[in-house]
Amino acid sequence: MPDVTLTVDGKQITAPAGTLLIEACKAAGIEIPAFCYYPGLSLQAACRMCVVRIEKMPKLATACTTTVAEGMVVQTETPEIVQARKATLQLLLGNHPLDCPVCDAGGECELQDMTFKYGAASSFYAEPKNHREEQQWSPVVYFDRPRCILCYRCVRMCGEGMDVFALGIQNRGSSAVIAPNVPAHLSPDQLAHVDCEQCGMCIDACPVGALTSGTYRYKTRPWEMNHVATVCTHCGDGCKTTLGVRSTSSGAEIVRGDNRDKSGINGDFLCNKGRYAFDFANHEGRITQPLVRKDGTLQPASWEEALSVAGSRLKELRDSRGGAALGVVGSNRITNEEAYLLQKFARTVLGTNNIDHHRTADYVAFAQALAGHADRAASLHDTLKAPAVLVVGGDPTTQAPATAWNLRSNVRQNRARLYLANVEPIKLRRQAKGFLQLAPYGYNALAAYLAGDEAAAAAAAADHAALASFREAVKAEQDLLILIGAELRGAELKRLIEFGLSIPGAKLALLADYVNSRGAADMGLLPDMLPGYTPVGSQSALATEYGAGTQPELTKPGMDLLEIFDAAARGNLAALYVVGSNPVGRLGIDPATLKDTFVVVQEMFLTETAALADVVFPAANLYEKGGSVTNSYGDLQLVSKAGDTAGVRSDFELIVRVADKMGADVRKLVPFGTSTGLRADMGQTRGAQSGEADRHAIWLAANNLEPRLSPFDPFAILDEVQRLVPGYNVLRLQLLSGNDQHLSPATPATVDLSQRRDLVSPSGDSLFTSGTLGRYSSMLGDLQRNQAQQLVQIHTAAD
Amino acid sequence: MSNVANTIFSPELAARFDHLVTLYPVKRSALVPMLLYAQDEIGYVSDAAVSEIAQRLSLEELDVRNVLSYYSMLRTKPAGKYNVQVCTNISCMLRGGYTVLEHCKQQLGIGHKEVTPDGLFSLEEVECIGACCWAPAMQVNYDFHDDLTPEKVDVVLEMYRKGQGKDVK
Ligand code: SF4
Ligand code: SF4
Ligand code: SF4
Ligand code: FES
Ligand code: FES
Repeated sequence: MPDVTLTVDGKQITAPAGTLLIEACKAAGIEIPAFCYYPGLSLQAACRMCVVRIEKMPKLATACTTTVAEGMVVQTETPEIVQARKATLQLLLGNHPLDCPVCDAGGECELQDMTFKYGAASSFYAEPKNHREEQQWSPVVYFDRPRCILCYRCVRMCGEGMDVFALGIQNRGSSAVIAPNVPAHLSPDQLAHVDCEQCGMCIDACPVGALTSGTYRYKTRPWEMNHVATVCTHCGDGCKTTLGVRSTSSGAEIVRGDNRDKSGINGDFLCNKGRYAFDFANHEGRITQPLVRKDGTLQPASWEEALSVAGSRLKELRDSRGGAALGVVGSNRITNEEAYLLQKFARTVLGTNNIDHHRTADYVAFAQALAGHADRAASLHDTLKAPAVLVVGGDPTTQAPATAWNLRSNVRQNRARLYLANVEPIKLRRQAKGFLQLAPYGYNALAAYLAGDEAAAAAAAADHAALASFREAVKAEQDLLILIGAELRGAELKRLIEFGLSIPGAKLALLADYVNSRGAADMGLLPDMLPGYTPVGSQSALATEYGAGTQPELTKPGMDLLEIFDAAARGNLAALYVVGSNPVGRLGIDPATLKDTFVVVQEMFLTETAALADVVFPAANLYEKGGSVTNSYGDLQLVSKAGDTAGVRSDFELIVRVADKMGADVRKLVPFGTSTGLRADMGQTRGAQSGEADRHAIWLAANNLEPRLSPFDPFAILDEVQRLVPGYNVLRLQLLSGNDQHLSPATPATVDLSQRRDLVSPSGDSLFTSGTLGRYSSMLGDLQRNQAQQLVQIHTAAD
Repeated sequence: MSNVANTIFSPELAARFDHLVTLYPVKRSALVPMLLYAQDEIGYVSDAAVSEIAQRLSLEELDVRNVLSYYSMLRTKPAGKYNVQVCTNISCMLRGGYTVLEHCKQQLGIGHKEVTPDGLFSLEEVECIGACCWAPAMQVNYDFHDDLTPEKVDVVLEMYRKGQGKDVK
């Protein structure tokens, strides 16, 4: 749209026609207060805080609903406006409790800020306040009615934003009240509840402390926490979540997760897991000291003892039985640096390609199919802007909630055309222009049919006319974004991607389950692929680096996850090294399988796998370390240390220490402080030179740089990743500034996908589960029970 | 044939609802008339009525409750067979509306928004019912009685008690 020019507070500003005055002012650095206005949601004009004086208009006008016009002359802060806002505040405060000193929102409350600014400190009302008890609507949503200022943000957020519509507004005038969708009189406990997705977006949007969160309420005050922006561990979208951290006697406890500055890749959004499910970090079952098996039982041991036992035994087994008898299982939740280091450790120290992880999507096929088309890999940002989107398989609402949020916003705000093909009537169909009901297991047939194989129609969908028109509609699109669920793998996935590539401007993404599922594959936690999807045995800088060629077993693919356990069952697995994964529990492995295997596990909890180990190292989780992760889309983001639990160490450090105990040259494993590396005074010297160290630290910080003096610094290995891994040409300043950057695979297509074994097994997580880790989140447990109870209620109500 | 299987409404009302939803560009516009007709038939808007109306209009039950709670003349509890609504707005107030209300309370033995034990009468104090020229006035179900005095009120109530009053819906 063409720009219009207007004058605000005597300053000329320009904005595209159609822009709301409040947004135009914000862009020009002029803040207009607002309670009910929320960017991206429908306009409400309920609070009148945003009133401004516009020349030639008879009355004060609401900036949140007025669009800019050529020549408009606006005053945003005059005595008249101040008086109007003050009066509004006085009315709002008429029945507002004065409990800021204990209210969760105190210190972060928009009403408090405005009262402070406009000085509506004394009230004209002498009547007693109308107090109502606080209500618990769910394990995570609490409502404190007297604090509510009826801005309707929560109602719109839940309805328009979440497409849940669990909140409404009831009664009228001064008795108007926000009401949840399970009224008290229909609830077995005679209390009102929400039957909803428990995302907490309503709490986030609430400008005051009327909606509060079950995890955080009354725990601390905003200014008593440190706020650390990092990445949520629970799904492949990788939302930025800000963790509120407080010091405790045993480290630093995470007390809150929220979307504080909304600067992340997820914009406004966080789902229940990103917001509440950090509590596994504080679980009392955390392992906080090394355990070593003695006389058949795992017993606490010193670090020195545990590291020595693990290191010497691994070395012995490698030397006596060879690398081919060792296996390594990596994780979907460790950082890229850790995953890279783990495979490097496997390949260079253990001397084996027997390394795998729980694969939740076929990124090898994805990378192969997109070879030579790096610009066709989509970013999560594209879900918010693409004019048309095709989603084949998956259920973003539950598996990738941020993706679903973006798609809904895109449909609502930009009228994007959404096409879905699924075997289930997934919830996103409510936003879809076209929904194609596939026949059971119809994904491969659909891929073939889309690619032009008419014979596949019968197996794809029962309704052939619908199938044909669906294909026609999709093919007529340009700049189509294609999101693919884990149902498609191997050659069929490639076929679908090739169809996608035939559409001009189309971009593609493959959705996986956890924060670094993509990174695990990118970093080569695979028996047949080195980092960057470089096939084992091919010529590459990586191969040279890892000594493939000199060690013949490194030129051939190793054993995959199932083969590793098959080998164990046959008694051919001498040692198993597991990092942050629970294959025994997930694959239902018989414990006897590992009776002849020396098992080392880095874990937070005594999982089924850890319970069988000979040595268990207490590991830090993603919220307790630094590094980077790559989401399903290939968006790389920075992970920062928020929490701290005494007695645990990062997986990175543990791998380095074990390698050291095996006698490996640590400097080769992690290139730190090498002859070309950095040496600096980091403040060890005090006295006359201390200023020098501080200046140096300031200089590094100002340039978004980090010192690299320790083998435990993940960024030491990021250099190597950047140097050697195709596609990981990371912009360091971008990463360290907390911004996401999009990476796409950059390897030539050389693999015969039809010959690769399909080992993808999606975790099948729901909104309230998160693999093995989720079992240790008591909030997720509460939400599951709450959900189950509600289902019972709904059924009994229906009978 | 009703568009809803197992409708809780009479066949006539169900048919009327089937038609009603076709009259508006958006279905939900039929919400307020539906609530009112449902109340007229059942005596109040029951949970079952809320469910069926939500179903008919493709709304959440919460949406229906939101609107329902906005209107003070829509009830979610049964009223008496004869709902006595006494106006105490300005004209009526000036001409003895409160006396009429007090008299009703005494005669029926119930207060505002209450129902007699036999379920015959309920009482409500309401705002202007548009009969100001003949104030004070009251309404029993949809029938008007005006220019009231306590004596006239007794006659009116007696008439209904005997089942002789008009009972238009
Ligand atoms: S938690 Fe989310 S789904 Fe539940 S009421 Fe709030 S916004 Fe709606
Ligand atoms: S609960 Fe919060 S968001 Fe919802 S209307 Fe009240 S003040 Fe606004
Ligand atoms: S959408 Fe995914 S990444 Fe975002 S908060 Fe939820 S689980 Fe975490
Ligand atoms: S922000 Fe404009 S009226 Fe509330
Ligand atoms: S004031 Fe009673 S009818 Fe109008």
